Amino acid sequence: MITLSHYLVLSAILFVIGVTGVLMRRNVIIILLSIELMLTAVNLNFIAFSHYMKNPVGQVFVFFVMTVAAAEATLGLAIVVALFRNLETVNVDEINQMKG
Amino acid sequence: MGLYDIMFFYLASVVVITALLAVSRANPVYAVVFLIPCFFHVAGLFVLLGAEFLAVIQILVPAGALMILYLFVVFLLNLSEIKGRRITHRQSLLAGIVAVLLVFLLVVLSMQSLFPGPFQELVEGIGIDNTAAVGGSLYTKFLFPFELASLVLLVVMFGAMVLARREEKE
Repeated sequence: MITLSHYLVLSAILFVIGVTGVLMRRNVIIILLSIELMLTAVNLNFIAFSHYMKNPVGQVFVFFVMTVAAAEATLGLAIVVALFRNLETVNVDEINQMKG
Repeated sequence: MGLYDIMFFYLASVVVITALLAVSRANPVYAVVFLIPCFFHVAGLFVLLGAEFLAVIQILVPAGALMILYLFVVFLLNLSEIKGRRITHRQSLLAGIVAVLLVFLLVVLSMQSLFPGPFQELVEGIGIDNTAAVGGSLYTKFLFPFELASLVLLVVMFGAMVLARREEKE
């Protein structure tokens, strides 16, 4: 018998995989992918609660989250392209020009 | 154990395994390719939750368009220098401890029966079909945020073009 808690646990695991990717990896493209994973986990939570409460508003929120995720990925990748063109690296610990 | 439970555990295990593989690959091409089945199976979970419209959007936008975009950028950057280099940041021990604590906390909080009651039989609960329900609230109650989302996409389009533009050499 699947309950809401199953979906919450799955979404928590997916979110923490994303957090771990952001904190542990050096490659900025994989960091952006991990952010996608975290947003997906949030979407899953929204839809599970929308299903539980019989309220489609949660799904409307997921729609906006997906819009913002697409925007974030596009801008992030544009920044990565510009950064690679200037610094020849995509490793976050070598990008420390603004450290002061 | 019904069909619903089997489907849930199949989809959930594939999602977790492909997500783990994606964040642990050294080569970003493999990471992007592993995320594609991950997002497809998340779309399957959306279907199990009765959100068919968003399942289609999940396949079209994150699993389709965004992953293609990531792959193009990975191919564009020609990241051939990753062989033999360490792939983790130097703060990764601290990050691992934080991650284990966070997953423990979140799982414990989610396992508590704060939300009891029937769940599975709500699949046919809303009454009208899912796309109509989502579209109805999108075009009535959330019309202004919906229009604002199009503005966000427009700004992002120009922003990406300006950021990735090659500077003219004089």
